[in-house]
Amino acid sequence: MTQDPNARAEVEPTAVGANAAEAGERRLGDDVSDAYGSHEVNVGDLDFHIVAEHGHTASELDPDAPAVLTVDNLKMYFPVKSSGVVRRTIGHVQAVDGISFEVPKGGSLGLVGESGCGKSTTGRLITRLYKPTGGSMMFDGKDLAKLSNREMKPLRRDVQMIFQDPYTSLNPRHTVGTIVGAPLEVHNVVPKDKVLPRVQELLEIVGLNPEHYNRYPNEFSGGQRQRIGIARALTLNPKVLVADEPVSALDVSIQAQVINLLQDIQSEFDVAFLFIAHDLAIVRHFCPEIAVMYLGKIVEIGDRETIYSHPHHPYTQALLSAVPDVKQAAVGGRRERIRLEGDVPSPINPPSGCRFRTRCQFAQEICAKVEPPLLQIGKRHKVACHFAGELGAHPATPVTTELLGVDDQGSPVPGATPSNTQLTIPGYEKTWYDLRTKQTTGV
Amino acid sequence: MTSVPVTQSSAAAAASETDGPFLQVEDLMVTFPTEDGPVTAVQGLSYSVEKGKTLGIVGESGSGKSVSSMAVMGLHDAKSAKISGSIRVGGTEVVGLSESRMRGLRGNSMAMIFQDALAALHPFYKIGAQLEEAYLVHHSSASKRDARRKAIEMLDRVGIPQPDRRVDDFPHQFSGGMRQRAMIAMGLINDPSLLIADEPTTALDVTVQAQILDLLQDLQREFNSAVIIITHDLGVIAEMADDVLVMYAGRCVEFGTTKEILTTPEMPYTWGLLSSVPDVSSSTDARLIPIPGNPPSLLRPPSGCSFHPRCVHSTKVPGDLCTTQLPELLPASSGTAHLKRCHLADPVAVYQTEVLPEIAPELLEETR
Repeated sequence: MTQDPNARAEVEPTAVGANAAEAGERRLGDDVSDAYGSHEVNVGDLDFHIVAEHGHTASELDPDAPAVLTVDNLKMYFPVKSSGVVRRTIGHVQAVDGISFEVPKGGSLGLVGESGCGKSTTGRLITRLYKPTGGSMMFDGKDLAKLSNREMKPLRRDVQMIFQDPYTSLNPRHTVGTIVGAPLEVHNVVPKDKVLPRVQELLEIVGLNPEHYNRYPNEFSGGQRQRIGIARALTLNPKVLVADEPVSALDVSIQAQVINLLQDIQSEFDVAFLFIAHDLAIVRHFCPEIAVMYLGKIVEIGDRETIYSHPHHPYTQALLSAVPDVKQAAVGGRRERIRLEGDVPSPINPPSGCRFRTRCQFAQEICAKVEPPLLQIGKRHKVACHFAGELGAHPATPVTTELLGVDDQGSPVPGATPSNTQLTIPGYEKTWYDLRTKQTTGV
Repeated sequence: MTSVPVTQSSAAAAASETDGPFLQVEDLMVTFPTEDGPVTAVQGLSYSVEKGKTLGIVGESGSGKSVSSMAVMGLHDAKSAKISGSIRVGGTEVVGLSESRMRGLRGNSMAMIFQDALAALHPFYKIGAQLEEAYLVHHSSASKRDARRKAIEMLDRVGIPQPDRRVDDFPHQFSGGMRQRAMIAMGLINDPSLLIADEPTTALDVTVQAQILDLLQDLQREFNSAVIIITHDLGVIAEMADDVLVMYAGRCVEFGTTKEILTTPEMPYTWGLLSSVPDVSSSTDARLIPIPGNPPSLLRPPSGCSFHPRCVHSTKVPGDLCTTQLPELLPASSGTAHLKRCHLADPVAVYQTEVLPEIAPELLEETR
């Protein structure tokens, strides 16, 4: 164990915490350091039950948690420039087009969708790596979307990011100590001589040997590098962590280690996660709430049980049916699945009305004319579809006509008053629109 | 019983080369010299694949799954890599074959699909030109016009819309899924009898992945080719493969039919793989239990069973068997077609009573 490069060194973590003094309640638990973080595991720890106890079951939803981040009608349009000497703007990539959601305090919201749907852009907007075109992002009483870079700086400690690729997101010429300590120096939170103890404490939290602060990233494996990235994101005790595909570059057995570490960190430090991933099984495990994105819009959002067992949007249903399932081995052959034809349309010139209609088997005239609102249809369930329904039970006529004041073909009905209340708020209302009765109901 | 790997003892009794499995690998060993000494990336590997069947190879990076497949394709540098054992493709011994004869086989009777389609396609040449080249190399009498017609036909077959127009596109004009399709088209243009797909869908979205897997299955049915699919996604294995080969540190640690391996695995590494991936349909009470530690360095492989430094069940084996003695690849309790390399006396009981309740509580209730 003494030769083990990854073993926990005997340091006393309590006295050295730079921010531990600042935030007294955030005490560092020794139990966060895990039995599985090392190259060679202590023989005493090599018992299945001990290892199993470090494994986590899926995260649970706290329905009463207040929102720590409220995103309302967020938009990001990237200009498309013409070629030539005078580069005029000839169009916009509507990467994110009016999305609203809430991230609960200490909870996690999963963002899933195909590549190009805008989920990574959303993450980068929340960390303000991009300045949004429109909309608001309320955090701690301030609108992150409106702040200037200078005003943003003190808030950056509260919103941090874990990147996808641990090979390109760490500077190869900096030591681990410099990388993890950089946020402390940028934000001037601790005196220079306290940086190193804090760095060592962080390395220990993420299951690395604190003595290794002097090493370079190339001396670590992919999983360990991702731990360094997580330590850097944790340096300033953030309240929101944006994790953009944090495990997709890692080996299968290492993925589980990092997911468990993130769950440890979440319960220990009460951090809220915006978890962006395309692996639906991992999102299901980590996030009690999931938003499904398609071409810059949220098409369905709800709690885990609803999204995975009772999805109402045809896209969510197609996405879920496409995931290969290990349990299929007992049956043999392929699962029945919904075939989506073609590729995702260009976000420069998205389809009119519902953006999914070009690949949707239920699409009718109304879908091209009227964009379906993100309608709350359950206690914690919103869906944006004119023909929302469970798989095999999609209604024959649009469910949204009365709300929008249009007929079944999507043409406006003269004299009808569309009731646009409750349609775009970021969180959930106490009352919702029941699909069967077409009435607003409550608990 | 689609394909039984031939262990050393039964190698002599292998079926005759004409009606036996299309690909037969026996006691394969691949060694690379490095500055720090020789690295044995694959050793003692034996398996076979029949026409029309799919073999799935799973394992972590560095477990030798790609190295063994590249040895089959003859893609290792003969000057540096040392390959021993036997690889027979359609009756032809590939190990030690001259480069010119190898070239005749490669692309014609066997082909490979790579993981990163953007890196595997030449950015400078049109998709069509790259497809045509693959065809012309093996059809010396064909004209350029024939080759172009064949290229368009293949693009159409893999589901590229407007193939007669897209044939003149460059790789960067294709989306990720289309590039992967183009590469499959290139691999299949000469109707190979053996197709090796190395992580064919890893970089793709689930919907595109499903399309590509459908395509591979359709094409396999059409050409009756033998397919090897290398992946770390057990879900893909479950839906695609007839047999599964689990590799760890260059060796086969478990082999059997897909159903056997994924429902009644008998090797702790396979248990670890199953417990470290969440499942879209499993109970939310199921725990995610990682395999402790990291894959071993092949420069200094662990003594005895190469998995023992990470194995959480080695305490159940009496004495220091795990650390001193490499377990043989022996038939598992469920039958001779299921092979495993483990010292555990009663792995089925351990799996049923200890592992399953943690990783899939809902399955346990069903079996009771």
